[in-house]
Amino acid sequence: MLLIHCPYCQMDRPETEFRNGGEAHVARPADPMAASDDEWAGFLYYRSNPRGLHAERWRHTHGCGRFFNCLRDTVSDRIVTTYKAGTMRPVPAPEAL
Amino acid sequence: MADQSHPAVARDQACDGVLPLSGDGLRVTASPLAARFVLRGATSLPAWFGPSLPPRLGTATAEGRAALWLGPDETLLLAPGGDAGALFADLERDLAAQSCSLVDVSHRQAGLVVEGPLSSLCLAAGCPLDLRPSAFPVGMVARTIFFKCEIILWRRAQDCFHVEVWRSFVPYLAGQLAQARAGTAGLPVTGGGAPAPMHW
Amino acid sequence: MKEAFRLPSPAGRPIRFVFDGVAYQGREGDTLATALLANGVHLVGRSYKYHRPRGILSAGPEEPNALVAVHRGPGRMTPNLRATQVELYEGLEATSQNRWPSLALDVGVVNDLASRFFSAGFYYKTFMGPKAAGTALWTKVFEPIVRQAAGLGERPHDPDPDRYAQFHAHCDVLVCGGGPAGIAAALVAGRAGKDVILCDEQAAFGGSLLHETTALIDGKPARDWLADALSDLAGRTNVRLLARTQAFGYYAQNFVALSERVADHRPAGSSAVRERLWQVRANKVVIATGAIERPLVFPGNDRPGVMLAEAARCYLNRYGVKVGARVVIATAHDSAYRVARDLMAAGVDVAAIADCRAVVPESVLEMAQAAGLRVIRAATVAGTRGRLRITAAGLSSVVDGVVASPEWIACDCLLMSGGWTPSVHLHSQSRGKVVWNDDRQMYLPGVPVQDEQSAGACRGLFGLGDVLMDGLSAGARAAGLSGQPRPVTVCGDSGTEGGILGRLPWRHDLAGPSFVDFQNDVKADDIDLAVQEGMRSIEHIKRYTTTGMATDQGKTSNLNALAIAAGRLGKTIPEVGLTTFRQPYTPVTFGAFAGASRGELFDPVRKTPIHRWASEYGAVFEDVGLWKRARYFPRPGEDMHAAVDRECRQARLSAGLFDASTLGKIEVVGPDAARFLERMYTNSLAKLEPGRCRYGLMLNEAGFVMDDGIIARLAADRFHVTTTTGGAARVLNHMEDYLQTEFTDLRVWLTSTTEQWAVIAVQGPRARDILQPLVEGFDIARQAMPHMSVREGTVCGIPARVMRVSFTGELGYEINVPADFGRAVWDAVWAAGRSHDAVAYGTEAMHVLRAEKGYIIVGQETDGTVTPDDLGLTWAIGKAKPDFVGKRSLVRPDMLARDRKQLVGLLTDTPGTVLEEGAQITAPAHPKIGDAALGFVTSSYTSPVLGRSIALALVAAGRSRKGERLHVPMPGGALAVTVVDPVFFDPEGDRVHG
Repeated sequence: MLLIHCPYCQMDRPETEFRNGGEAHVARPADPMAASDDEWAGFLYYRSNPRGLHAERWRHTHGCGRFFNCLRDTVSDRIVTTYKAGTMRPVPAPEAL
Repeated sequence: MADQSHPAVARDQACDGVLPLSGDGLRVTASPLAARFVLRGATSLPAWFGPSLPPRLGTATAEGRAALWLGPDETLLLAPGGDAGALFADLERDLAAQSCSLVDVSHRQAGLVVEGPLSSLCLAAGCPLDLRPSAFPVGMVARTIFFKCEIILWRRAQDCFHVEVWRSFVPYLAGQLAQARAGTAGLPVTGGGAPAPMHW
Repeated sequence: MKEAFRLPSPAGRPIRFVFDGVAYQGREGDTLATALLANGVHLVGRSYKYHRPRGILSAGPEEPNALVAVHRGPGRMTPNLRATQVELYEGLEATSQNRWPSLALDVGVVNDLASRFFSAGFYYKTFMGPKAAGTALWTKVFEPIVRQAAGLGERPHDPDPDRYAQFHAHCDVLVCGGGPAGIAAALVAGRAGKDVILCDEQAAFGGSLLHETTALIDGKPARDWLADALSDLAGRTNVRLLARTQAFGYYAQNFVALSERVADHRPAGSSAVRERLWQVRANKVVIATGAIERPLVFPGNDRPGVMLAEAARCYLNRYGVKVGARVVIATAHDSAYRVARDLMAAGVDVAAIADCRAVVPESVLEMAQAAGLRVIRAATVAGTRGRLRITAAGLSSVVDGVVASPEWIACDCLLMSGGWTPSVHLHSQSRGKVVWNDDRQMYLPGVPVQDEQSAGACRGLFGLGDVLMDGLSAGARAAGLSGQPRPVTVCGDSGTEGGILGRLPWRHDLAGPSFVDFQNDVKADDIDLAVQEGMRSIEHIKRYTTTGMATDQGKTSNLNALAIAAGRLGKTIPEVGLTTFRQPYTPVTFGAFAGASRGELFDPVRKTPIHRWASEYGAVFEDVGLWKRARYFPRPGEDMHAAVDRECRQARLSAGLFDASTLGKIEVVGPDAARFLERMYTNSLAKLEPGRCRYGLMLNEAGFVMDDGIIARLAADRFHVTTTTGGAARVLNHMEDYLQTEFTDLRVWLTSTTEQWAVIAVQGPRARDILQPLVEGFDIARQAMPHMSVREGTVCGIPARVMRVSFTGELGYEINVPADFGRAVWDAVWAAGRSHDAVAYGTEAMHVLRAEKGYIIVGQETDGTVTPDDLGLTWAIGKAKPDFVGKRSLVRPDMLARDRKQLVGLLTDTPGTVLEEGAQITAPAHPKIGDAALGFVTSSYTSPVLGRSIALALVAAGRSRKGERLHVPMPGGALAVTVVDPVFFDPEGDRVHG
C-alpha cells in the first residue's frame, strides 16, 4: 500500500483513502461547442500514457475530499511529488527523481 | 381515524440493538453528540455556537459542542442531541450573511465512542493510519478508512476515540471492532488509562 | 524404545503425539521434526513427482521434503506444513502426504521407475504438446492419473472455524529476524528509545545462538548473552517482540507484512485467534534473516538420512536429538567441522568427513585432528545406498577431475554442507538489487532502494563476532545514532569459509538421480536437458524444469540450479540471471489474508431504516450494491410471480408503499446552485421555481447517460437531488470533480444526504387519501401540489420533505423523513394505507410498474454507450443552454448516426412468452453466422395490468421500425416479436396527474 502525500492535508496518507482520476492538466475547453470534432475527440479520449513521469489526478476521496495532482513514475510506481489542483506542473528537483 | 394514524413517534437510532459493545480493554457506546451538521464554505462560526472553525486535521471544542475539520472547506459540527432543528435554524440564520452551505446530517451518521486500552489497537485493525499518540495526538481528526467503510476518527483522549460513520455501516463497524478485540487475545493490555506499553 | 535418539536427561516434559497413526513420545519445546528424529524416524514423506522416500533435510522454514498435514479437528486440517516448523503439543496428530497406501509402500513409486519419462519439460510436452499427446487416451486416462499422482497435500474441505485477526502497526524500526544480528540491532534501537518491532518466525528468539554451545560473547556463553539480551528487550515498553511471526512480504515505502502464528502450538480451541496479520509501516527496516545452508548435489542425495549439516548440530545442541548413530559428513564449508566436533562430543560415531576442497584451512584441520576425526580431502560423494533410509555413503577422491572408485562407508546419516546462501529475499522484495560477489560466490544485497539495511549472515557475514557487530551498527544507524557501537568480543566461534555450487564430480558408472530441487523433484540432469533443448535464461530453465517453483521457492536449490545451468551454458552465474524473489517467504494461510472479513463481515451489509419492518412482513430481499432491498412480499402460498402480480395490480388499483430509502441524495447549496446543476444535468433548471421538481438526466463528458434522478428545488439556493441507488457515490464524485477542477468559479457546495433520509414512496390512485390525514404544514390537494412538486412540512409530526413524483405512472408521493423516524412514519403510513387496501411492494414490482410506463433504469436500459436520444429523452435536454457536461459530444458524428440503437417496446406473438433479458434481436428468424444482431432485450416482464408479457429493447433505428416483426433467436427456436412504442400503459400519461 503506497503512502500518498495529500497537499491539502499536508500529510502522508494511505493509498486506500485515495482514488486515481486519470491524466492531469487535460483542461476542458472553455467553449466546448466551438471545438472541432477532432479537438473534442482529443480532449475526450487522447492521453499521453508516458513511460516515466506522468502527471495525474488523484482525489483524497476518503479523506479531505480534494482533487489534486501528482507526478508519478509509471516505471517504478513511485510518486515523486503531489501538488494542488489548478497549480502548474512542477519541475522536480533532480534528487527527487 | 386520522388521530389513530398518528402514533407516538419512536426514534429508531442506528446504534440501537448494536451497541454497547463491551469487553476487556474495549468499550463501544453511542455518543450523546447526536446533532450533526456539515458546514461547507464558511469563513467563521457565530460566537454563540461555542467552537470556532477548527485548524487543519484538528478540532475545536467548547460549550459541549465540537467542530471537526474534514477538508479545506468542510467542517462537521457536533452538538448534544435534542433539538437539532432549532440549532440548525439558529445557525442557518446567523450564517446567512456568508455564502456557505449548512446541511443537517444528524440522521445520516452515528457517533460511536470507542474507548479503553485496546481502542487504538482495535481501530488499527481496519484503519491504516498511524495511531500512535506522536502521530495522531489527542484532538486530531481524520476522515479515513476502517476496513471497507469510511469513518471520521477523532481522538478525544489517549484511549478514547469518537468515530462517526454512516448509519447503515454501524453494524459492520461494530462487528469488525468486536472481531478485532477478540483478535487481540494474548497481546499485552494495560488498564486504568495508563499509557499502553506500545501504541499501534 | 521411546526417544532412542534423545540425549540423556532431556529438559522438557514428555508429550504424546501421533504421526501416520503411530503414537510417539516427544518433548515440550520440540518441533514435529525433532520429535520424530528423537524416535529415529527420518522417512516422513514421498516426493512430488517420483514418490521417492524422503526424510527431513533441514531444521527450518527452508525444509523442502518434510511436508505434513496437521489435523486439529473438523475444518482444522492444514496441509503442506513443514515438520521443522510444526511445534509439538499434547495430542498432535499429523500425517505424511502424497503416498498411497503408506509411506513405506507407495504405489506411486512407479513414477520413479518411469522417471526418464518425467524429465524436464514433461508438463509442456504432455499437457500442452502437439495433437498426438491430446488424444483421448492421454486426456481421459493418462493425464488424470498423473495429476492424481503428482502433487502435494490435500486441500481441506470444511469451512475454517478459526478466527484470524489483522492489525496495522507503525514503528520506528522493524527488525526482521531474531538471530544474533537482529537481536543486536533491536537492542541498540530499543535502548535509543525507538519504537521497535522485532519478529522471528521461530517460537524462540536467538536463531543460531540457540544451538551455539562453544562460543563466548563478552566472556559469557552465547546462550547466557542471549537470555540477557532478551530480558533487556522484553523489559522495554517501546519494544514489541513478535515470536512465531514471519516477515513474508516487503512492499513499497517500508510496508512489511508479518504473519503471526498464535495458536498452532497448542491444542485446537485453546486460543481465541489462530493467526494475526500485521501490516507494518516502519520508518526503518533492518533485515536480519540469516543464511540457509546449501545441499550438495550428488547421486542419491535425497535418501532419508541425508541432511544439512548444521541442522544436525541444531537438533543436537538445541533439542538434545542425535540424527543418527553413525554419521558421514560431506562438506565444502568449514562450518561442518563444528558439527562433527559437537556430534562426536555427544557420542555419535562420525565415520568420516569428506571435504570437496583440496585445500582446507589449517585451523579447521587442527580442530578435526583434536577430535580424532578422519578427513578425506578433495573428495566427492559418488553415491548412496539404502531404500527407506541411507545405509552407506560412497566416498571417492577426485584427482584431476577423475573420480576414483568409491569407498563405501556404512552410515545411517549423511550430513552435507555446500556452504551458505544469504537470505536476500526481503531485500529483493523491497526492489533492492542483489549483486553477485564473485569472490564469495554468493548473491549479496546491493544498494537499498527503500529505507532498509541488511545485517549479519543475510549479507554474507558468517563469523558470530562480525554478525553481532553488524547488527549493532545496523541498529545504531536505524536509530539515527552517530558513532560506533561498543565492540563485542567473541571467542570459540568457528567455521566461516568455503562453499561449492552446482554438481559434485561424479562417476558415470554410478550415476543415479542427483536432486537439485527436492520439493519439485528436479534433478541435475533435468537442468542439463533444459539447456540442451535450447533454454538459455534462468527464467526459461526455471519454468521448463519447474526448479525453484515449489512452495519453498527453491530456498535450498536455486543457487545450485543456477550454477549447473551456468556451467552447461559456459556462462557466469550473473550472466544466466537470477529469478525473482516473491512474496510470501513461506506460505501464508488464506485465513490470515481474509481476517475477519468473511461471512457476515465480508462486506458491509447496508440496511434501510425500514428493513426490519420488511423483514417482519416476510420480505424476500435482494442485494443491490451493498444494500439489502425488499424484492417482494410473498403472502402465504405465494411464489414470486404471484406476489409481484398482486403487488403490481393493487398499486395501480389503490396504492402501494415502497421503501425508496436507498436512493442516492445530494444536497446542493449555495448561491450558484442552479447554475451548477444546469451544467451537470442536461435539463433546463434556471427557471425551476422553489417547490418544483424536475426529472434530471446526467451525462458524462462523452455524452452517454450516466445517471438520472429528481432535482427538487427547496429554495433559491438549495436543491435536493436524487441519484440512482448504485450511482450515489459516483455522481457525488463526478459533481465534486467538476466543481473542484472545472467550474471553480461557482459558489456551491455538495453534501451527501443519502442516509439522512428514509424515503417512503406512496404510489397509486389512493395515495393522496392515504397521505392526507398524516400531513401538516402544506396542502397536498390536487391543484395545490401538482405532479413534480416538493413541499416541506411534517408527516406524522416529523419534519419531512414530500415530493409528488412517480416512478409508476400513478399519482405518487415520496416522503423523506429523517432516518431515525423512518420506521415510525412507515408504520403510520402503512396503517393508513391498510384502510385503502394498499400493498407494500418490492423492487421487482417497482421494475414491472416502471417498465409498463417505458421508464428507463440507468444500468439496465443503458450500458455506458447510450445517449439521451437513443432513449427518446431529448425532451429532457435544455436546448437553449450554451453548455452542459456531455453537450458537445451529442453532436459528434457517431452520436447522430441513423442506425443507432434506440429504445423500443417489444411484444411477443404469444402473450405468455417472457423474453430473456440480454437476448439478441435479429431480423430473420434464422440468422446466418456472421449476421449482426439489430439489438438486444434490456428489460422483460409479465405485466399484470396488461395481462401479457412486455419487453424493452435497444434496436438499431428502432423508432422507425414500429410495427416491424423481428426475431429473438433462442436455443429452443426463434421467438417472433413486434416492435412497439416503449410506453405500454397509459400512454397519455393522465394517471400521474390524478
